[in-house]
Amino acid sequence: MLVIKDLVKQYGHGEAVLKGLNLSVEGNTVVSIVGASGAGKSTMLRCINRLVEPTSGSITLNGTELVNLKGGELRRARRKIGMVFQGFNLLDRLTVMENVLAGRLGYVNLFQAISRRYPQADIDRAFYLMERVGIAHYANKRADELSGGERQRVGVVRALMQDPEVLLADEPTASLDPRTSEQIMMLLQSLAAELSLPVLINIHNVAQAKTYTERVVGLRHGKMIFDGAPVDFNKEALEAIYGGIEAPDEELAPPPPKEASHGVS
Amino acid sequence: MVDHAERLADRVWQRYDRKERLIRYAVLLLTLMLVVWALRDIDIFWPWVWDAPNQISGLAGRMWPPSPAGLANILSALLETVHIATLATFLTIFLALPVAYIAAQNTTPNRVCLWIGRFILVASRSVNTIIWALLFVAIFGPGVLAGILAIVFRSVGFIGKLMGEAIEEIDRRPVEAMEATGASKAKVIAYAIVPQVMPAFFAIVILRWDINIRESTVLGLVGAGGIGVILQGSIDTFAWPTVATILLAIIVLVLIGEAVTSLLRRKVL
Repeated sequence: MLVIKDLVKQYGHGEAVLKGLNLSVEGNTVVSIVGASGAGKSTMLRCINRLVEPTSGSITLNGTELVNLKGGELRRARRKIGMVFQGFNLLDRLTVMENVLAGRLGYVNLFQAISRRYPQADIDRAFYLMERVGIAHYANKRADELSGGERQRVGVVRALMQDPEVLLADEPTASLDPRTSEQIMMLLQSLAAELSLPVLINIHNVAQAKTYTERVVGLRHGKMIFDGAPVDFNKEALEAIYGGIEAPDEELAPPPPKEASHGVS
Repeated sequence: MVDHAERLADRVWQRYDRKERLIRYAVLLLTLMLVVWALRDIDIFWPWVWDAPNQISGLAGRMWPPSPAGLANILSALLETVHIATLATFLTIFLALPVAYIAAQNTTPNRVCLWIGRFILVASRSVNTIIWALLFVAIFGPGVLAGILAIVFRSVGFIGKLMGEAIEEIDRRPVEAMEATGASKAKVIAYAIVPQVMPAFFAIVILRWDINIRESTVLGLVGAGGIGVILQGSIDTFAWPTVATILLAIIVLVLIGEAVTSLLRRKVL
């Protein structure tokens, strides 16, 4: 269970990006966080694994307070927080398998990491997960040879290799075409159920958010102004979140053909 | 109609206005004055210049034909030259990489380290190899060791600066991703930084090895080992045919160095 209390983040002396955010996520809920650019979605996600330092507030993951952790404690806590990025953030010159195993870096020692001698259990799990998302046959290919959708699957598997207690996804589909991005959303949805893992997804596409997640959280100017089921997310909520700022992506791509849902994109 | 044509005729266009033209002439004048001043200030003994063609043909006559007498000696000195370059480049890698790491904005631990790193790089680069060699010959006595150290001290600045720039140009996003997995600093470097700077590293080291071969040919002039030692010796004893052989040998060595490095570049990169 992830609990965020009174989270404030201020960069320098400017206006705060997050102004006292409260959010709790339990079980294996898939939560989508919507909001215009600059609403603080990305900052909130990055505060959780401390890629961004919160100014004040509290974030607890299954009882562990994350905000004050330092050094080794912070690294051990980060192992339990998987993250999927908008730009995939893969190690381009390394193979897919090395990228996937990099998810275990917090667990293995430096010698194992540098010599690529990962425990057999890690390798077995890597193959299992890669098989699950349909990229196992790319194990020895360089990561930059893959297509966008395949690269994001590598990103997802890398995060899952951490054996996380929560999965954060920062605009995981924003760099992908509509069809592929829906496949990734479906994948996140089904993996959350299979691994009983709470997932927080920052997303621009409101239609996808409503279709593939169980709970929608709306941010505007660093405050939460909507929290509810997708069915309750109506025109007014949309207007409140995006009104006068920008038009959200509202279109849903035509449903993908059945065989493509678990295959390669 | 007539009006229009008249108006067109009145128009003038100039690329530079009055002030700009004045500045340009002033700069030109200043440059010319500098050149004239320099020419008058340095003391060239012109009769020797006019005599140069005679001297060239005389020297060429004395050099020709190149003497193959000391060839074995020359070849072993050449080999020593290459060894100096190779050992120095190898040693430099271990010294330059930590300096590059602390001299790069995005990896340096703190401000103090950044400035220490930059100071090392600037100090190393602003002193010429020959001057480093003079220094080390004074400390360690003449010989190969002084030559190796001289080349190392000059190369640290070169490799360190270029590697530092390569580190500064990396994509930050994989670094962020590795930090998010809970990896320690060393693991983040090994996974997110090292693979990104690998191509630059090989290119820079190969280039420096090539430069070091050429630099180590002149080290001997100040007694720091290599082919330069016997070159200096032959000049001092007016053994011009041997000097010719040595010069040819150096040219061949540099050509071979070029060929090997371009081959390596193609294989590695």
